Amino acid sequence: MTIPTNYFLALSGVLFILGVLGVLIRRNSIVILMSIELMLNSANLAFIAFARAFEAHTGQVLVFFVIAVGAAEVAIGLSMIVSIYRSRGNIDIDQISQLKG
Amino acid sequence: MDPALLVEWLVKSGVIIFLILTGFAYLTLFERRVLARIQVRIGPNRAGPLGLLQPLADGIKLLFKEEVIPDKADKVIFILAPVLTVIPAFVLLAVIPLGPEISILGRSYSLSLAGDVNVGVLYLLAVASISVYGIVLAGWSSNNKYALLGGLRSAAQMISYELVLGLAFIGPILLANSMSLKDIIQAQSRVWFIVLQPIGFLLFLVASIAEVNRAPFDMPEAEQELTAGYHVEYSGMKFALFFMAEYGKMIVVSFITASLFLGGYLGPFVDKLPLLGPIYLLVKVTLILFFMIWVRATWPRIRYDRLMALGWKVLLPIGLLNIIITAILVILVGGY
Amino acid sequence: MSTQLILFFILAVIAILSAIGMLVSKNSVYSAMFLVLNFVTIAVLFLLLNAPFIAMVQVTIYAGAIMVLFLFVIMLLGTDMAAEGISMPWQPPIAILLSGALILEFAFILFFAQQDVLPQIEAISAAFGSPQSIGKLLFNFYLLPFEVTSVLLLVAMVGAIILAQRETG
Repeated sequence: MTIPTNYFLALSGVLFILGVLGVLIRRNSIVILMSIELMLNSANLAFIAFARAFEAHTGQVLVFFVIAVGAAEVAIGLSMIVSIYRSRGNIDIDQISQLKG
Repeated sequence: MDPALLVEWLVKSGVIIFLILTGFAYLTLFERRVLARIQVRIGPNRAGPLGLLQPLADGIKLLFKEEVIPDKADKVIFILAPVLTVIPAFVLLAVIPLGPEISILGRSYSLSLAGDVNVGVLYLLAVASISVYGIVLAGWSSNNKYALLGGLRSAAQMISYELVLGLAFIGPILLANSMSLKDIIQAQSRVWFIVLQPIGFLLFLVASIAEVNRAPFDMPEAEQELTAGYHVEYSGMKFALFFMAEYGKMIVVSFITASLFLGGYLGPFVDKLPLLGPIYLLVKVTLILFFMIWVRATWPRIRYDRLMALGWKVLLPIGLLNIIITAILVILVGGY
Repeated sequence: MSTQLILFFILAVIAILSAIGMLVSKNSVYSAMFLVLNFVTIAVLFLLLNAPFIAMVQVTIYAGAIMVLFLFVIMLLGTDMAAEGISMPWQPPIAILLSGALILEFAFILFFAQQDVLPQIEAISAAFGSPQSIGKLLFNFYLLPFEVTSVLLLVAMVGAIILAQRETG
């Protein structure tokens, strides 16, 4: 017996919400970036589950693209965090408020 | 689930673990004897005939050593790190066919744990990429600046050379038109890929020596500059685990090299006597291991910035060029 | 219950617990390791969903490359125990409350409303999700996005180098 698609979607939803919670609750910008990765991954899980449900490879190919974009995003995000840390000595996003009017 | 299948898996896992453990024990002895020969010494020959009990003696000694955990170390990760380093060495062997399919009592068994996996080569890359963690975490959790530097160095080194390793994988994949290791070995029944992919083979050899942190690329444990790199603070059995991981990975990498470029279990009369397959494979693996020890005895360690420059500025472009040429040739000749 | 279903539930529990572990760990190195565990579990779930190629790509890129990058930055900056100031104390409770509501909505949609939208899964052919079939789709129909992705990665690489390089150079 195969596992119903609903189960995977439920798991994906729970993981997505945990990722959102990470962004909302944590103030460490590295952990926030990690939470965003978690959200991307939960979306990937849903994609793969749908790909199996409709027996179409498109979902899997899209996940491939999501992973590539995620890699680019992390590279840029982390280098931004590094340069912010260099200039302000802190990675707490509440402290990075220079643009506040 | 079929209970017979479960038993088959358990037996195969047992064989793989046994293979790596005894291989590790006797590889240390083999290495010390070969190094001694190259340096015109005799090497360990006191414990048992020809020194064959030396690994056992070493193991017992390490078991009785005091285990020191530094006071300011991160206890959980400090204990977890050696375990994380050893596991990849064991699970890598799962997709490598040790011989052709054999039939015992009317059932045919494939001589690899996972059978014929259509993403076998990618599995090897995936597990190899995970093996970085043990070393980085060991360096970080020791709370020692030499260990941290050693850990970070080795992580940078392994990630850089993983790219070259991945590029070297692509040659055999293109020629065999498959990512399954079984297909890659079968495709070499006429010519070994070392003949068709000499550049790929050299790249793979260099990258795999760097990947397992062996001399001349043993930067993470450079005694002279980092005392001992990421495992400075480790002692007793936990130190032995790092040792086991290094030698286990050496063995597994030799298995992979033999399968991708040297025809794996193929050799004369294998189709008539399938049990010859594992023997041929073991002979090839021993030769590659001998080569790695020979390299260690011959070349001094290269400087860290030169190592990175070699990886990124020399090996990576050559690897890319090799793929382009191979791909064009495969299309022109119409497949191997 | 079939073995697959038992495996799914074990993996789901590990995935959720490791995500929670990532959220609550004070030490960012622990957060990163929990996330690695989460990614590897999701890769095994991909294997259950007949996507071996994507599963291996997931482990190689996410667990093997991206998370090592995270660990690198955490260790080199030495921000593993960075203290977090709370400037908006009312935010966490509201966030938890709202996400609870979102979970309930998900559960309602998935298990009570609109049950017949998803097709029933019949036996899936063994070739589904093989590297060959994904490669064909990737290099025919999705060739342009594939090439654009490579440009994107190049841009990200250049951008990362420029952002992280010191001003003096």
